[in-house]
Amino acid sequence: MPTHILMPALSPTMTEGNLARWMKNEGDTVKAGDVLAEIETDKATMEVEAVDEGIMGKILIPAGTQSVAVNTPIAVLVDEGESLGEDTRAGTVDIPCVPQSKTMPDSPVATQMVGQPAGKAIKNRDILYAQGAVIEPPIFDEAKFFTSTTQKTVREALRDAMAEEMRADDKVYIMGEEVAEYNGAYKVTQGLLDEFGAKRVIDTPITEHGFAGLAVGSAMSGLKPIVEFMTMNFAMQAIDHIINSAAKTLYMAGGQLGCPIVFRGPNGAAARVAAQHSQCFASWYAHVPGLKVVSPWSSSDAAGLIKAAIRDPNPVVVLENELMYGQSFDVPTDPDYVIPIGRAKIERAGKDVTIVAFSIMVGKALKASEKLSEMGIDAEVINLRTIRPLDRYTILESVKKTGRIVTCEEGWPFAGIGAEIAALIGEHAFDYLDAPLARVHAADVPLPYAANLEALALPQVDEIIHAAKKVCYAS
Amino acid sequence: MSTNKSKPMKKPHLKSISNTSPDPTPEEMKQLYRDMLLIRRFEEKAGQLYGMGLIGGFCHLYIGQEAVVTGINSVQLEQDTVVTTYRDHGHMLAKGMHPRGVMAELTGRAGGYSRGKGGSMHMFSQEKGFYGGHGIVGASTAIGTGLAFTHKYKGDGGVAVSYMGDGSANQGQVAECYNMAALWKLPCLYVIENNQYGMGTSVKRSSAGQLYSRGSGFGIPGEQVDGMDVFTVQSAARQALDYVRSGNGPYILEVMTYRYRGHSMSDPAKYRTKEEVEDMKENRDPIANLRVKMLTEAGVTEDSLKAVEKEIKEIVNDAADFATSSPELPPEELWTDILIEVA
Repeated sequence: MPTHILMPALSPTMTEGNLARWMKNEGDTVKAGDVLAEIETDKATMEVEAVDEGIMGKILIPAGTQSVAVNTPIAVLVDEGESLGEDTRAGTVDIPCVPQSKTMPDSPVATQMVGQPAGKAIKNRDILYAQGAVIEPPIFDEAKFFTSTTQKTVREALRDAMAEEMRADDKVYIMGEEVAEYNGAYKVTQGLLDEFGAKRVIDTPITEHGFAGLAVGSAMSGLKPIVEFMTMNFAMQAIDHIINSAAKTLYMAGGQLGCPIVFRGPNGAAARVAAQHSQCFASWYAHVPGLKVVSPWSSSDAAGLIKAAIRDPNPVVVLENELMYGQSFDVPTDPDYVIPIGRAKIERAGKDVTIVAFSIMVGKALKASEKLSEMGIDAEVINLRTIRPLDRYTILESVKKTGRIVTCEEGWPFAGIGAEIAALIGEHAFDYLDAPLARVHAADVPLPYAANLEALALPQVDEIIHAAKKVCYAS
Repeated sequence: MSTNKSKPMKKPHLKSISNTSPDPTPEEMKQLYRDMLLIRRFEEKAGQLYGMGLIGGFCHLYIGQEAVVTGINSVQLEQDTVVTTYRDHGHMLAKGMHPRGVMAELTGRAGGYSRGKGGSMHMFSQEKGFYGGHGIVGASTAIGTGLAFTHKYKGDGGVAVSYMGDGSANQGQVAECYNMAALWKLPCLYVIENNQYGMGTSVKRSSAGQLYSRGSGFGIPGEQVDGMDVFTVQSAARQALDYVRSGNGPYILEVMTYRYRGHSMSDPAKYRTKEEVEDMKENRDPIANLRVKMLTEAGVTEDSLKAVEKEIKEIVNDAADFATSSPELPPEELWTDILIEVA
């Protein structure tokens, strides 16, 4: 029987790849373990090894083919003396069903510019925020930046923005596991070592607590570190330095000594990596005075927020999302496209219900809003962008208009971002509500590995639709 | 007291530290005496003010350990930076921070280095190269390693002197930092102030092996020296700083010392005998011993020492007066200094 060799999934989130090079030609003998081909994913070039022995009967996908979907037959292996038979055309065999990642990148994702109040310059904004004031967000004319854009993945947007800031300020350096020679575990730092050298792009040992503290010390003494955590899950080892050493120093020093540092990395669930690698830390960090917390969704969010984070004189936690890294969006070409921290973006204007989301949930909220629109419900979708300081004003103004609100997050419900927004609404917009608030969030369980249970545990588009209909009393 | 050394795994390089320092002049001896006495008297005053309820919270006194920071600081360069744990008053005074500002921070007043917001354990002075004052055991070692990283990054020729206690030495991040500092040859002098008790737990009950040799697996040379003799400390520090400043990477100096008071003001110190404490005070006290040495060997007169003692008394009394008369911050300051405002 000829054996089909299928395009392998080489990472938990890979859905397609490029067939870079065949290492075996038709007619070559293949032993188990031989390298058959090189496959490029969005993160790396990997070698594919043979599992079975035989002779390379036919190459179905030629070298150089781009975007070959996972599980596509790429070659046929035959036994000695065996003919290829009939069934050698690509894509004509039944492929054993492997669960696909449920977040297939639909790139590029179009975002629209919705009219939004300009914002306001306010002195002592941080003080007013700490006192719980509802104040207009900082001034930002975002539309003007979108007259000239280029399409980038979130990954590229982050990398390019960091590179621009590193070119502009030689005190900025990046440190983390695999950021330099490996070009980033998720390839976010691709090419930075080549451009900036080993002095400023630094591979660390696997020692999160130590290097986070080291970076904090370097920030106190005049440098501007970007600390990449391979995932934010590993930052739990370093959380003492993020909170006790970075966030509190300015206050403890009576304002004399700051800590300009960026802690960044993928946050939340990826795909099938189970409980210890899948957790949203938004509410953890947002709890802490002295920290700023941002969480980009699109490539432009990523570019504008990472720049704001690097330029900010305070410690900023940037919560990215692995599943978003490969998605493409338009990004302004202006190097001064910097999104003010503390300002949310209305991604879609609507009048019936407010849906508040951040990070990957923004895309889900927008999808939900399309379906809701078909049902006659006009949803307003707010992309928070910043978790702390929360743009209370934009949320409240929206709720005052719609009278209904659904919060969306990938984190757990207890003391989560939705719970905070619920408190905000209760304190400031109670009388405007036409229905109780609804929260969409992860199930209150450690994230399971099993595909079916994982899908149940994570908040999905349908749940947002359901919640929006519920607060609209729609059937 | 003899010195112990742990040799680096591959390249033993240490010369004996004996007779490497020039003989101190009487004036240099007087300066060391003055610096140690300032810390001693300052801490005694802080203890008094604590007893009067003018200082609150945790207050960890440095009495007994004065020779450590004084000896090391005396051979540092201006650009060197310092970071330590919560037993930090002595380090600040040694680094040249004003006693008024330190004492006023202890009383929680506006005139304090952190304007009263930090307290005993959290004070900083960028101007003097002092980066805290950290309340989390072990954390200051990572921050100190970061200071060393900055020295190397900027190429300013400075060394970070990162102090820890014997208790800190068992924190995981200390080993993490040894690894990175050795790997990247960071200019960091790790000083372990071994006062023999991590709060109430003696080193014997908490620490396997020797603290000074904990870096040997990373190739970091270490050395244990008598911390009750300021000249021994000075001499060891001079050599260690030279080694670090020359680009060889980090160095570990374990300084054997003793605190006369409890871990903090609220510690009755029942884990050690009165005799042990008395023996240290009677026979090993760095300040009393230096005084005798100056009088008997260096030809320093009793009168000139009394003048120093009078001067110190005045400085400390002035600091206490300032610290008790400086105003508290107004209520609106509760909300300031959380973040640096972005224009």
